[in-house]
Amino acid sequence: MALNRTDVEKIAHLARLQIDESSVPEYATNLSNILDLISQMQSIDTSDVEPLAHPLDAVQRLRADNITENNQREHLQTVAPSVESGLFLVPKVIE
Amino acid sequence: MEWETVIGLEIHAQLATNTKIFSGASTAFGAEPNTQACAVDLALPGTLPVFNESALRMAVMFGTAIDAEIGKVSVFDRKNYFYPDLPKGYQTSQLFYPIVGEGHIDIELEDGTTKRIGVTRAHLEEDAGKSLHEEFTSQTGIDLNRAGTPLLEIVSEPDMRSAEEAVAYVKKIHALVTNLGICDGNMAEGSFRCDCNVSVRYKGEELGNRTETKNINSFRFIEKAIKGEVIRQIDILEDGGRITQETRLYDADKDETRSMRSKEEANDYRYFPCPDLLPIVIDDEYIDTIRKALPELPDVRRSRFVDTYQLSAYDAGVLSSYKPLSDFFETVTTVSADAKLSANWVMGELSKHLNQHDTDIKNSPVSALQLGGLLQRIKDNTISGNIAKKVFEAMWNEGGSADEIIEAKGLKQVTDTGAIEKIVDEVIANNQKQVDQYTAAEPDKRGKMIGFFMGQVMKASGGKANPGQVQGLMKQKLDALC
Repeated sequence: MALNRTDVEKIAHLARLQIDESSVPEYATNLSNILDLISQMQSIDTSDVEPLAHPLDAVQRLRADNITENNQREHLQTVAPSVESGLFLVPKVIE
Repeated sequence: MEWETVIGLEIHAQLATNTKIFSGASTAFGAEPNTQACAVDLALPGTLPVFNESALRMAVMFGTAIDAEIGKVSVFDRKNYFYPDLPKGYQTSQLFYPIVGEGHIDIELEDGTTKRIGVTRAHLEEDAGKSLHEEFTSQTGIDLNRAGTPLLEIVSEPDMRSAEEAVAYVKKIHALVTNLGICDGNMAEGSFRCDCNVSVRYKGEELGNRTETKNINSFRFIEKAIKGEVIRQIDILEDGGRITQETRLYDADKDETRSMRSKEEANDYRYFPCPDLLPIVIDDEYIDTIRKALPELPDVRRSRFVDTYQLSAYDAGVLSSYKPLSDFFETVTTVSADAKLSANWVMGELSKHLNQHDTDIKNSPVSALQLGGLLQRIKDNTISGNIAKKVFEAMWNEGGSADEIIEAKGLKQVTDTGAIEKIVDEVIANNQKQVDQYTAAEPDKRGKMIGFFMGQVMKASGGKANPGQVQGLMKQKLDALC
């Protein structure tokens, strides 16, 4: 399966990645190769194989529903570029 | 050709856990911004989610209550999109292997029949934070307290054919989750919200393009939003246009929906299994234990109210819809020993006051014991129904038991025949004109005319005269004059 320029640009946009105009053909080729590999794998008969959700052969451990994390706002917000009245400030996002 | 409406609903119920779905931060509503957002909720590097046992148990409770297949292996997936109130850049959700599979719920229609609505699935996911756009001019404030709050998204089949059916379904799910105690059901605080997928078609034809109206937070708005959206779509189609598949917002002030964003473009979430979380595996024993411990479900309670208390289907439906209301009613009934009277007061005077003061029954200033005590005094003729309303008003505003208020305000009903007779005589003496009209009237018209005299006596006695006694005496005295 061959991805074209538009596909690559769309994927980059969805992932919020800025890519060089000049490297689009290279990405298109590499990503197409990956998809080809997947197509090849999909041609294998897997009807007897259980779907695998995770490579580790283990199950999720559960946490008791007790509050263990108390307010650390001041500490956590020291890494934020901009805060006011306890809120994180970001560029205006409303349309 | 006749138009047909097709509705499917997605309900987001916030699960009533103490902590977030993947972290140990509190989920309590109304805290100062970002004081309940820990390193995991902020998606700081190096943090890992750990799944909350209560969220799992509550989801399984819901699944067993709607007779659904429970996913013995369920998996979390990442739903990728960018928005500042979603710090990870993806929402952890369940797409391919949800915890709750196909189930169903029965709704009662207005004509008394029931209709089965399919539940396609219900899955666990995390809520996002809140964006505050108004307070700042060129920036948006982000509060991540809600980020990571566990949600159960309940997806219905497109089985509903009218706004009324949709509301009946939502009310049914609301009653169920609040009865199970897995969601507080507070729609104003966003604990229970609904997305409506609506399309129209000519009856019998293929499904039309649908729109999704997001985050509607009251039963009334659900009904209005759907009705408005149906009219909008039919207008477009009858003018030869086509419906764009899109997300819309309901504007309650204008009572209309408006386009939010085109779903065709936005709907590219690139789901994949979350590598940070392992599959959740549960066994039959876990499910059975939960099934056996389920509390009485609203439908069962409703039938019991009809059978045990001889309530009407409507009254039983209202009183069984919300557990705190059901419990309140049952306590009042135990004290008053009169289910019908209790139902009337809980659904009448009490509900009226709760609505007027925008108060949940859990915070009612008048307790079930107080109300039950008041009803006892109606039953034993200490006070009339009208005086009882005054006592209730005092109870609501100042507290105290019915007996204390009746005593303090001197509201005890007058049953002393001599005292009542004295007032009756006065009223007859002071209203000669009406007495003449009465005596001149045809005997079969007199019954209605007695109401005037009754009113005068009740007024003169400050509402305290026993109405039955007044009626008997008054009729006797007036008829004697004829």
